[in-house]
Amino acid sequence: METLAMHISNGIINGPVAAIFAALALATLTACVLRGRRDLDDRLAPMAGLVAAFIFAVQMLNFPIFTAGVSGHLLGGALAAMLVGPWVGALCVSVVLVVQALVFGDGGVAMLGLNITNMALIGTAAGYLLIALLLRVLPRTSAGLAVTAFVSALMSVVVASQGFILEYWLGGTTDLGSNLAGLAGTMAGAHLFIGIGEGLITATTVVTVAKVRPDLVYALRGLRPAAAPTVAAVGGVR
Amino acid sequence: MGAGHSHVLYRESASPVHRLPPEVKVVAMVVFTIAVVATPREAFWAFGGYALLVAAVAALARVGPRWLLGRALIELPFVLFAIALPFLGSGERITVVGLHLSVDGLYGSWNILAKGTLGVLASLLLAATTTTRDLILGLDRLRCPQLLTQIASFMLRYLDVLVGEARRMRVARISRGDDPRFLWQLRGFAAGIGALFLRAFERGERVYLAMLSRGYSGRMPAVWQGAGAATAGQWLVAATVPALAASIAATALVLG
Repeated sequence: METLAMHISNGIINGPVAAIFAALALATLTACVLRGRRDLDDRLAPMAGLVAAFIFAVQMLNFPIFTAGVSGHLLGGALAAMLVGPWVGALCVSVVLVVQALVFGDGGVAMLGLNITNMALIGTAAGYLLIALLLRVLPRTSAGLAVTAFVSALMSVVVASQGFILEYWLGGTTDLGSNLAGLAGTMAGAHLFIGIGEGLITATTVVTVAKVRPDLVYALRGLRPAAAPTVAAVGGVR
Repeated sequence: MGAGHSHVLYRESASPVHRLPPEVKVVAMVVFTIAVVATPREAFWAFGGYALLVAAVAALARVGPRWLLGRALIELPFVLFAIALPFLGSGERITVVGLHLSVDGLYGSWNILAKGTLGVLASLLLAATTTTRDLILGLDRLRCPQLLTQIASFMLRYLDVLVGEARRMRVARISRGDDPRFLWQLRGFAAGIGALFLRAFERGERVYLAMLSRGYSGRMPAVWQGAGAATAGQWLVAATVPALAASIAATALVLG
């Protein structure tokens, strides 16, 4: 399995800023754990594991942004928010990042707070806000769901990529001066393309799941008028 | 399928490093990395010291330098970023062999290269000496919330389910006359990604319900049986490397 590192590695952002974001990430994740516990039932537990595994696999698809030497990749925040909700979703993405940092050396351990803030927190939150908004505005058809998934995944990737720019502006180890704006533009442009890929994957996955097992899509839970609840499936599942 | 759960980087061996409990190794690795990152970038000698520590642990763990350096190539995109910095950086500039470079940028490159590489090497050593299952066991013993360790252990378990389902679907496509070659298989794969997710979920759900019916309550047996947790002696042994790294960092901070 030959992969390339794609998360912020050690030494790119200075220590104090990394520490501040680590504290921020820790506090937010604690809130996610507390809220997530309420969400996690027998159906969501395996789903959370699978979503994390899926994101893990999907993050291996990696696109280098040659002009800046920084690479972009799929994030999966919107997919997680859609299928397991914002709280457990943010935890799923964080788990992926922690395992990648500890085991694959992908993203420095000291920079975990920054990576978690960008991809798990900003990405999932941006995705979920758009999902919540669009699901109320768009028609309740699979086309509407597909558009929701596509747009929220696209935007969450672009927003998350700007998190890196914010962090670099706050505590980049090398002052880029006016070139920082250029880097911001490159990141946004490249992540727009990545976002299209991410949007397509998220939309196909969510629409397929919603067609066959609508009970598994967290984002649809509050919206469906109690459509024939599926029998609690203990033992015999399909 | 009891064995072989995504131990992609694990190197089977019985070295002293392998035998240390996972929680000890995780803490040692994290402290080491923080010490490296906290070191001022002008203290070149300190990074030499860290490299010696990494080399010593690698030798003790019987991990060869070829394997280690080959795996460290995943750092490549950030190396490219580092190379770009001397050209992008602002401030004082010097001329090296006809190139107009930023001094701050040069220090920045060195900073990223040295700290990034040492961090990657430390993670690789952890991965080479600890199975992913043990790693999660270690995180659990370090009081990581059960919700997180549960998601992590399912993630690692389901990665194999996902790969297995993808392989079965590919075989099914081929046996129905599809001819997946290079990029052409992308289309078939993209069209099937939703189905792949669903199939993997349903298999995973069956696995989960089977685990529940056999008494699974959110933690693996190895955790609540509590055997093999680190002793004070093992903590002390493993503390040598991060303690040395921390003293190097402190010295560099005082001198710098």
